[in-house]
Amino acid sequence: MTPADIRAEIIDILDDISPDEDLDNLDDEKNFRDQLELDSMDFLDIVMELRKRHRVQIPEEDYGNLASMNSTVSYLEPKMKDL
Amino acid sequence: MYDTIIIGAGMSGLAAGIRLAHFDQRVCILERHYTIGGLNSFYRLGGRDYDVGLHAMTNFARSGEKRGPLAKLIRQLRFRWEDFKLAEQIGSSIRFPDVRLDFNNDIELLESEISRSFPGEVDGFRELCGSLLDYSDMDGNSPLFMRSAREVLAEHIDEPLLIEMLLCPLMWYGNARENDMDFGQFCIMFRACYLEGFGRPYKGVRVILKNLVRKFRGLGGELKLRHGVSRIHVDNGRAVGVVLDDGTEIEGRRILSSAGSVETMRLCDDISTLEVARAGQLSFIESISVLDRQPQEIGFDRTIVFYNDSAKFHWQRPEHGLCDPRTGVICSPNNYLYDSEEGQLPDGIVRITTLANHDRWCELAEPQYRAEKVTQYDEAVAAAVRFMPDFRRHVIDTDVFTPKTIRRFTWHDNGAVYGAPDKQLDGTTHVPNLFLCGTDQGFVGIVGAIISGISMANRHCLAVT
Repeated sequence: MTPADIRAEIIDILDDISPDEDLDNLDDEKNFRDQLELDSMDFLDIVMELRKRHRVQIPEEDYGNLASMNSTVSYLEPKMKDL
Repeated sequence: MYDTIIIGAGMSGLAAGIRLAHFDQRVCILERHYTIGGLNSFYRLGGRDYDVGLHAMTNFARSGEKRGPLAKLIRQLRFRWEDFKLAEQIGSSIRFPDVRLDFNNDIELLESEISRSFPGEVDGFRELCGSLLDYSDMDGNSPLFMRSAREVLAEHIDEPLLIEMLLCPLMWYGNARENDMDFGQFCIMFRACYLEGFGRPYKGVRVILKNLVRKFRGLGGELKLRHGVSRIHVDNGRAVGVVLDDGTEIEGRRILSSAGSVETMRLCDDISTLEVARAGQLSFIESISVLDRQPQEIGFDRTIVFYNDSAKFHWQRPEHGLCDPRTGVICSPNNYLYDSEEGQLPDGIVRITTLANHDRWCELAEPQYRAEKVTQYDEAVAAAVRFMPDFRRHVIDTDVFTPKTIRRFTWHDNGAVYGAPDKQLDGTTHVPNLFLCGTDQGFVGIVGAIISGISMANRHCLAVT
């Protein structure tokens, strides 16, 4: 997957978790937590969805990398480039 | 072999089932009763639809709100706000002799009512609001959780009557302990009732249950009604499965039980003695009246009225009679702001809940039991009309359910509506792969039960796979 594919996939997951959210105006630099008011349960869901959909394993100590769209895509790029 | 076996198809079991099935677990929900819902079920009688437990859903949130338990459960279960579509309450009231406090889903109304009736106490009330535990402190780790709510209230409020009045709705809607309340539980209920408020789906609890079941089955989850669990088989200190009432054995890697803490322990075949005294004591009767007109046509526009007929609020099991109508809850499901396309419910309904003694109800022989349902209905209604317009000449149909009914639906000891007073907030048991969810895990009410199922599934059944 290219970084653009990964971004689209994350958007799809966020849309699944929070369907009432307008994701078109998401700022890729800014924290998800502040923009979407995601809490720890929601972050766990992003991790779980990635595992469910793509068998990508994310260890708990790496959860901090999922703070914003940009940090998430760069963290996932090596893990998902061969998918 | 199931990944997780869930005992009980109430709100918490179904919610947990959805979480696990969504993340590809093989899940089976076992329910002893012939229908889903547990305490929050529904039935049809004489051509009319009834809810068993629902007066109001607490934790109201409007569409688009992202904070709070309702928003959280909608996200976690992948629902949309419209799936529940809660109509907001018109307004509720706490009524004691000579004093009345109205409240709605905006805390400012309660605050102004307090300034009107207890002018010296409004600062104390604001202080109390500021000292409430947050939801993130509600996992039981806060040392404040187990404090006496009465003690904390007395630190902020001098007027004993105001303390009784504030406690009355919160105890009625979610306190398993007699006379006092854990401060943590108080905070959960204060947020749920006063800060977030009441709502109701137009079609009542069935719409919520049907959505939960449809989603669970759509994800491949198995739901087996009339499948009572008689035993949890524990081998070498681990749960290996369950034995059904008909002797069938079902294996599971882990078990999540909504049967209640004492009740679940009793199911475990490695336990020989039980402290049954830990079971809850508080049960209710509910007297339902169908009217020939809307309650507002007889001058009753309140969604819920919590009444108490003296200055002291008595929250305990009636010791001397079948029921204690000194305090009660009056609810009209008509008095919500349903939107115009929904319109108004077809029948005018008044539901009255009063405290009842489970053992005394269960001792009655069948003819006496039937007769007492009629007598106690009359007493409950007579007690309630002291605090609302007398509706008795407009009644066209009635139904009553008792602690015996509640026990049949929930299988909880003593028909205890809010379970045991000592909650197991982290859901763990003496067996490492057996967990509790539902009433005895701490959160109560429909939203609370669903949140309990979600959080226990996340914490104990998903993180480890």
